Amino acid sequence: MPQIFHPSMNAIARASIFGAVFIVAGIGWLLFEFYRSSYQTQVGVVRPQPVEFSHEHHVGGLGIDCRYCHTAVENSPLAGMPPTQICMQCHSQIWADSPKLEPVRASFRTGESIAWTRVHDLPDFVYFDHSIHVQKGVGCVSCHGQVDQMPLMWRTETLHMKWCLDCHRNPQPHLRPRELVFSMAPLPQTQATHAEAAEAAQEEPQAQPRAAHAAAASLASADLMKLHQIASPTSCSICHR
Amino acid sequence: MFFRSACRCHALSAMIIAVAALAGCHQDMYDQPRYEPLEPSDFFGDGRSARPLVPGTVIYGAEMADDVLHTGRSDGELATELPLELDAALLRRGQERFNIYCSNCHGRSGDGNGMIVQRGYRQPPTYHSDRLRGAPIGHFFEVMTNGFGVMPAYSIQVNAGDRWAIAAYIRALQLSQFATLDDVAASERAKLEQAAATPPEDANP
Ligand code: HEC
Ligand code: HEC
Ligand code: HEC
Ligand code: HEC
Ligand code: HEC
Ligand code: HEC
Repeated sequence: MPQIFHPSMNAIARASIFGAVFIVAGIGWLLFEFYRSSYQTQVGVVRPQPVEFSHEHHVGGLGIDCRYCHTAVENSPLAGMPPTQICMQCHSQIWADSPKLEPVRASFRTGESIAWTRVHDLPDFVYFDHSIHVQKGVGCVSCHGQVDQMPLMWRTETLHMKWCLDCHRNPQPHLRPRELVFSMAPLPQTQATHAEAAEAAQEEPQAQPRAAHAAAASLASADLMKLHQIASPTSCSICHR
Repeated sequence: MFFRSACRCHALSAMIIAVAALAGCHQDMYDQPRYEPLEPSDFFGDGRSARPLVPGTVIYGAEMADDVLHTGRSDGELATELPLELDAALLRRGQERFNIYCSNCHGRSGDGNGMIVQRGYRQPPTYHSDRLRGAPIGHFFEVMTNGFGVMPAYSIQVNAGDRWAIAAYIRALQLSQFATLDDVAASERAKLEQAAATPPEDANP
C-alpha cells in the first residue's frame, strides 16, 4: 500500500489535536455571538412600516399617553394596535392632505386594516401578559426603551428567556409607582437626582405632580415590592403554560 | 473487511446525529399553526384573523344599554345627576382618564388650548363658559359617547363608567376655576396665602 500521508503530516496532526479545543470553542463562540447578534435578536433594527408612524412625534412631541392608542394594555395580555379610527380622531383635521397619511385614509375608507410590521414577537410557546406588568409597576420603558425617541419602532431588548428571568429574579430596580408606568422618564434613584427632578418640575409646571410623586416614590421603592405584593416568580409554568 | 464495516457504521451514526441535531433546529414551535392575536391570516379574504363582529352582536352578559348609565338620558331628557356614587376615587379615575383622552385638545384645565389644538386642530370651546357650566352632566357624557360637531366620539377608547368619571371631573374643573379662598380647607389656606405673599422668582407666565 502506498503511503498516503507524508511524514510531515505528523506535526500538523498533532497541532490539530491540540487546536481542536480552540476550534470547537471558536465555533461555540461564533454561534453564541450569532445568537446574541442584532441580526438574530433584531435589537436596534428598524422595521419598515406601511405608514411612517413616529412615536417620537406623537409621544415625545405631542405628549400623547400610550393608552390613548394602546388601549388594552392595562387590562389584557395584549397591548393592542390602535384601530384606524383612532388615527382619524386627529388626522381627519391634522395633515389631512399629507401623502404620508394616504394609507391611513385608505384604510379608513375601505375598512381594511393597516398591516403594521411586528417588532416584538415572542415564540408561540411563551405566554406573556402586559396587564400584570402594568399592575405591578413595571414601566413600558423597562422593556421597550425610550419609545419617545423612536422615529420608527425598534427593539431595545433581546426578548431572550435570560432577559425575562434576570428581571423576574430581581424586579426591584425596575419598579415604579403605578402612576409612572407610562412615563418615559427614568426614575430618580439618588438624592442628587431628586433635586434635579424637583428643578425640572419647577421649569415645567405640568410635570410637577409627577416629579413630586417620583421623588416620594423612589424613596419607597423597596416598599413597592411589598405594596404591589411581588413574589418574583421564575417557575417554568408561568411563561410556558 | 471488519475495518470497512466499522467505518460505515461510524458514518451512519454521524449522519443520524447530524440529522437529529438539524431536526432540533427546526422552528415549528416558534410559529405554531394557530393565530396569535392580530396575526395576519391568508384564509380570510380581508387578511384578518380577528374577525369583525357580525352586525347586531350583543356582548355576552352586557347590561341592555338603554338606562341612564349607558345613554346619558332618562326619559329622553339629558341626565342632570351623576348615575354613579361620587367619591374621591371616582374623581381620581376621571382625572386620569381626562388627562389621557381629552387634555390633548381641551388642555389640562379645560380651557380648550391643548397640544393638538396648538398644532392646528379646531379649537374647542372652554369648559368655563356660562353655557357649559350650566349644561346638564348628561351633555358631557353624550358628547364623549357620540362626538360633537368636529369632535370625534370616544366610546371606542373609554367605557361608560369611565365616561361618567370624566364628566364628574369636568364638573370639578369647572368649580376649580371659580373657587374662592373660602372653598379651601383651613389647613391648606395658609400655604396659599404664603405663596401669594412671596412673588415667584421668575415672572414668566
Ligand atoms: C398615536 C398613537 C400611539 C401612541 C400614543 C403610542 N403608540 Fe405605540 N404604536 C402605535 C402604532 C400605530 C404602532 C405600530 C407601528 C410601529 O410599530 O411603529 C405602535 C407600535 C408600538 C410598539 C411596537 C409593537 C410591535 O410591533 O412589537 C411598541 C412597543 C409601542 N408602540 C409602545 C408604545 C409606548 C410605550 C407608548 C407610550 C409611551 C406608545 N406606544 C404610544 C401607536 C401609538
Ligand atoms: C391625538 C392626536 C393624534 C393621533 C391620535 C394621531 N396623530 Fe399622527 N399626528 C398628530 C399631529 C398633531 C401631527 C403633527 C406633528 C407635528 O407637527 O409635530 C401628527 C403627525 C403624523 C404623521 C407625520 C405626517 C407628515 O406628513 O409628516 C404621521 C405619518 C402620523 N401622524 C400618523 C399617525 C397614525 C398612523 C396614527 C394612528 C395610529 C396617528 N398619527 C394618530 C396627531 C395625532
Ligand atoms: C415586561 C416587559 C414589558 C413591559 C413592561 C411592556 N411590554 Fe409591551 N411587549 C413586551 C413583549 C415581550 C412583547 C411581545 C409580545 C408577544 O410577542 O406576544 C410586547 C409587545 C407590545 C406591543 C405589540 C402588540 C402586542 O400587544 O403584542 C405593544 C403595542 C406594546 N408591547 C406596548 C407596551 C406598552 C404601551 C407598555 C407600557 C404600559 C408595555 N408594552 C410594557 C414586553 C413588555
Ligand atoms: C423589567 C422586569 C420584567 C421583565 C423584563 C419581565 N417581567 Fe414578567 N413580571 C415582572 C414582575 C414584577 C411580575 C409580577 C410578579 C408578581 O406578581 O409577583 C411579572 C409577572 C409575570 C407573569 C405573571 C406571573 C404569574 O404569577 O402569573 C408572567 C406570565 C410574566 N411576567 C412573563 C414574562 C415574560 C414572558 C417575560 C419576557 C418576555 C417577562 N415576564 C419579562 C417583571 C418583569
Ligand atoms: C419569565 C418567563 C420564562 C420562564 C419563567 C421560563 N421561560 Fe423558557 N423561555 C422564555 C422565553 C421568552 C423564551 C423564548 C426565548 C427566545 O425566543 O429565544 C423561552 C424559551 C425556552 C426554551 C426554548 C429555547 C430555544 O432557544 O429554543 C426552552 C427549552 C425553555 N424556555 C425552557 C424553560 C424551562 C425549563 C424553564 C423553567 C426552569 C423556563 N423555560 C422558564 C421565558 C421563560
Ligand atoms: C382631537 C381633539 C379633541 C379631543 C381629544 C377631545 N375633544 Fe372635545 N371637542 C373638540 C372640539 C374641536 C370641540 C368643538 C366641536 C364643535 O364645536 O364642532 C369639542 C367640544 C367638546 C365639548 C363641548 C360641546 C358643546 O356643547 O359645545 C365637550 C363637553 C367636550 N368636547 C368634551 C370632551 C371630552 C370629555 C373629551 C375626552 C373624552 C374630549 N372632549 C376630547 C376636540 C376634542
